[in-house]
Amino acid sequence: MNVSHAWLRALAPSLEASAPELADRLAMLGATVDEVVPLGVGLENIVSARVVSVRPHPNADRLTVCEVDAGAGTMQVVCGAPNVEAGRTYAFAPVGAVLPGGMVIREARIRGETSEGMLCSERELGLGRDQSGIMLLPGDPAPGLSLVEIAGLDDTRLVVDVTPNRPDLLSHVGIAAELAAKGRAALSLPPIVGAPAELELELEPVASRSRAETAGVSVSIEDDGCRRYLAAVVRGVTIGPSPAWLTARIRSVGLRPINNVVDATNYVLYELGQPLHAFDLDLLRGPAIVVRGARAGERLTTLDGANRALEAGTLVIADAERAVAVAGVMGGAESEVTPATRNLLIECALFEPTHVRASRRALALPTDASHRFERGVDPDGLERALRRVVALILATAGGAAERTYADVTRIERAPRSIELRAERVRQVLGIDIEPARIADLLSPIGFVVEVGSRGTIHVDVPGARLYDVEREIDLVEEVARRYGYDRFPEESRAYRAGTVPDDAMARLEDRLRERLVARGFLESRTMPFVPAPDGDVALLLPLSAEESRLRRALLPSLMRRVEHNWARGVDDLRLFEIGTGFGPPPARATGGADVSGGSDAADSSGARPSETRRLAFIMTGGRRPGHWSGVAEAFDVWDLKGALEELAPALGGAGTSVRPGDADTATDNRSLRYLGPEMLEVVDAEGRVIGHAGRIRDDAIDVPARVVVPTWAAEIVLAVRPARDLAYAPLPTHPAVERDLALLVPAAVPAGVVERSIRGAAGELLDAVAPFDVFRGAGLPAGSRSVAFRLRFRAPGRTLTDEEVDRAVERVLRALKEEHDIERR
Amino acid sequence: MATDLLEQLERLDEEARGLIADASDERALEAARVALLGRKDGRLTSVLRGLGSLSAEERPAVGAAANRVKEHISALLDERARALAGGAAVEAGEDLTLPGRTQWRGARHPVTLVIDEICDIFATLGFTRVRGPEAETEWHNFVALNTPLDHPAADMQDTFYLPGGLLLRSHTSPVQVRTMQAYPPPIRIVAPGMVYRRDPWDASHAPAFEQIEGLAVDEGLSFVDLKATLAEFARRLFGPTARVRFRPSFFPFTEPSAEVDVSCTVCGGSGCGACKGSGWLEIMGAGMVDPAVFDNVGYDSERYTGFAFGMGPARITMLRYKVPDIRLLYESDARFLAQFDR
Repeated sequence: MNVSHAWLRALAPSLEASAPELADRLAMLGATVDEVVPLGVGLENIVSARVVSVRPHPNADRLTVCEVDAGAGTMQVVCGAPNVEAGRTYAFAPVGAVLPGGMVIREARIRGETSEGMLCSERELGLGRDQSGIMLLPGDPAPGLSLVEIAGLDDTRLVVDVTPNRPDLLSHVGIAAELAAKGRAALSLPPIVGAPAELELELEPVASRSRAETAGVSVSIEDDGCRRYLAAVVRGVTIGPSPAWLTARIRSVGLRPINNVVDATNYVLYELGQPLHAFDLDLLRGPAIVVRGARAGERLTTLDGANRALEAGTLVIADAERAVAVAGVMGGAESEVTPATRNLLIECALFEPTHVRASRRALALPTDASHRFERGVDPDGLERALRRVVALILATAGGAAERTYADVTRIERAPRSIELRAERVRQVLGIDIEPARIADLLSPIGFVVEVGSRGTIHVDVPGARLYDVEREIDLVEEVARRYGYDRFPEESRAYRAGTVPDDAMARLEDRLRERLVARGFLESRTMPFVPAPDGDVALLLPLSAEESRLRRALLPSLMRRVEHNWARGVDDLRLFEIGTGFGPPPARATGGADVSGGSDAADSSGARPSETRRLAFIMTGGRRPGHWSGVAEAFDVWDLKGALEELAPALGGAGTSVRPGDADTATDNRSLRYLGPEMLEVVDAEGRVIGHAGRIRDDAIDVPARVVVPTWAAEIVLAVRPARDLAYAPLPTHPAVERDLALLVPAAVPAGVVERSIRGAAGELLDAVAPFDVFRGAGLPAGSRSVAFRLRFRAPGRTLTDEEVDRAVERVLRALKEEHDIERR
Repeated sequence: MATDLLEQLERLDEEARGLIADASDERALEAARVALLGRKDGRLTSVLRGLGSLSAEERPAVGAAANRVKEHISALLDERARALAGGAAVEAGEDLTLPGRTQWRGARHPVTLVIDEICDIFATLGFTRVRGPEAETEWHNFVALNTPLDHPAADMQDTFYLPGGLLLRSHTSPVQVRTMQAYPPPIRIVAPGMVYRRDPWDASHAPAFEQIEGLAVDEGLSFVDLKATLAEFARRLFGPTARVRFRPSFFPFTEPSAEVDVSCTVCGGSGCGACKGSGWLEIMGAGMVDPAVFDNVGYDSERYTGFAFGMGPARITMLRYKVPDIRLLYESDARFLAQFDR
């Protein structure tokens, strides 16, 4: 909502504050001011200039040479505008003036003709978008006057962000009532020069519930989308430019002056918040006004020139034969007020917000009128607005108003009163506010307040607030707002602990992040939108085909991020992400309500997609930052496996293992198709495969030629597990005995299997076993390798004898020979 | 004969360990090298002289074993040399202005830093963390929160809809509803998570971004508690000198509603580009829980009151770390992410 500072002061002379001060006060009243725009800045040198004569430019078809009087004798100006006319007055930039765009006006020769200044369009002056011609100054102002003064540009515009619950603030009167100390009582509509005060206007309603006839026009409402329709008739108007004061007001809110009648309706809209429309009465067939739903196939050319198909049922204003306006949105071109118009029918109506919203959406046509009707127009303000606009039209366009106007009320405005308990105010706001004080806070903005007994306050809601003040709590908010949020104390009070435990998944994610960061990984946050192959859950209206689904897994998103880095020359990468993967709805809803959304007893919509929290990471490039002492080796599969082994207990509980995996057995194998055939899997303590890792296939990712090292990746589904029971294990009291066994292991036998056999055969004395060397090559029997294990033996509470250990080693060697044909080297 | 040589090699390997370990400086180590591997009289050379007496079948195995022993001894010598050089670095004139050998350093995402900081502050004020689903029902996202489905926020153009009347939550507020459905009062929670709006990318908009919801419900909680709690939070996040302002605003699920501003972190309140000249930065929306929300989740709205709040950690991240474009947060440029190593 654009608000003019000068306009506010005209309504409430007691408002002496500057525009920035008012902006601050409005913010604290709940209407943020996005911008404070001084109008007329940079236009100080622009003056009015009368064009004395116009002749064609001898050397250019589209240019004219004008004699111009800017107050100090005439001069010659070359002009390219089609609308220049001798005898009229326009905005003029003399030599030396600087236009808002920074252009300096100099004396020039244009195609051989001298030009001493420039006749300017609104666009050139930064006043509007109109560049169809130079800016005509209505009312024949004397030449040489400051444009800022004549056009009323010594004003400041406040761009107010009005929240959707406050349609009453979509007018100057509504804003002024909030700001003026005495509220509405302090306001008076500025008198209109040359018009009777609107209350003295001789206008009488011809009232009816469905159809009224007045001044030869029949007005009827056939649809509940229209609660009330007033129609006044003014005859004998002369359409022309508005007087300067009116165009100044119209410009001050950012509108373009059109003609005296349209400007008058816009003026009252911005003054009182009531949308109005003027029809050319002679173009209405009947003449009649019927408010009804659009018929199937009905079309209308709206004022913006677009021919629109109307959905059947769209609320329209029709004459005896056809739709002439979309109710509450926009008028039709065929009944538009034109320079030839003599007689007017003025509409002042109340439409239902839902109907106007539906029309605006269907036609994608937001207007000043629809904006207000959708949020709610004051049902008590119609007569006043009608009188105001008729008075204004009489003053600016002449003519005479018919003495009676039609007033069809299909749905009466129901009174609304609310009981407000002072105790409830105290409960919600935390401070005591006396009932009398509450009355003082609410009365200025139109509430009629009566303080009852025992702390009960009876409040009648004014029309402008019917849309948002329905319940006691709405009044509590009004009390807080009018009292001033800044006046409430910031007083810390005691509180009770809540019943909700800290989210265990969040704690797990904290731990994983900490470990990955310590290992040199950078955390990514990527968008969850993926192309169809990477997701199961489709968006109904995606931003693009590449973002048409919700991701099944995180890895594809991270792969795109690796490509992004490669494209920027960054090759050493360790990225991880913890995020959500989306899948088809779970086959069976888990029972019981919980915060993460197990079941939704309360609604009937379809089953929600399954959501899993996941960890994915990618590593490629050097294992370490480069160092002068030598080249850092690239990450290999042992770095990948090591990273997983370190994370394993956090991911899957104690006993989680990382072992060679198989894409075919994987549960979510579609997200694994980016990994090469040699794969690892993470198996949790219960034996479930919870994640996979491996090398990203070269054909799955866009690798630049310069990158020759492998890219390793892992993705694991996270789950909250019961905390591990930690218990102290007594420290050994006696020394251990170590034995190294270098074994010749056939190629087909993996080291893990050998280790298992060792453990099985060594007996209780075995304390630990681990491979410490693997050797392939010359000197070994074909098809075998050497794997050396270090075995540590220990007995609790005593020292081992060599014989005991020898026996255990013999058992191991025997078992290895029998089970795998493994010999000691 | 061959077994004899192999035994000699094994013994040599054993002795080499001791000899090399005993070398206490570089000169002694060089002497050990000559004694073990010297071409003329080194121990290995003398063992290998015996090769000539072996049969052609025996020779390769012994030769290979000798090579292994040689490699092993060389490795031990190199390792010892490095150890000695390290110990004597300064004396030997190592150039210690050269950089040391480092590991990669990781970093949490800047938005994670901010989320963690916010949740940590609220943890000290008694709030625990809660998570809710990202794919939501219209009921949880709008209806239960007192927002009719013809509200502009529910528009197809603004919210990502999924088949079956589902949607990607447009705010974290549905977590309020799910929490109250699952737990009795008192409630004191914060709920960080992703939210989705159908906004095309630009410098300040992303189609998915983080939000943190907060909710406190109990008997006796009032607007004074809201102000005290959130002002305390803001001063802990933005520093003790930050000024905090509460302005009336509108949200369908709170009443009274407030916008919480903090004095501009860039100019300190005098007005600058970051605060559009106002001196204030909007950091969160808040308000007293609307009784209709309590009614929808089955809480007694006459008995219980509470306050709720919501904020955008991505926006706070941009303010705090002076990130000019939201796209930087989600592009994962490693050079950007590495700047947040703390």
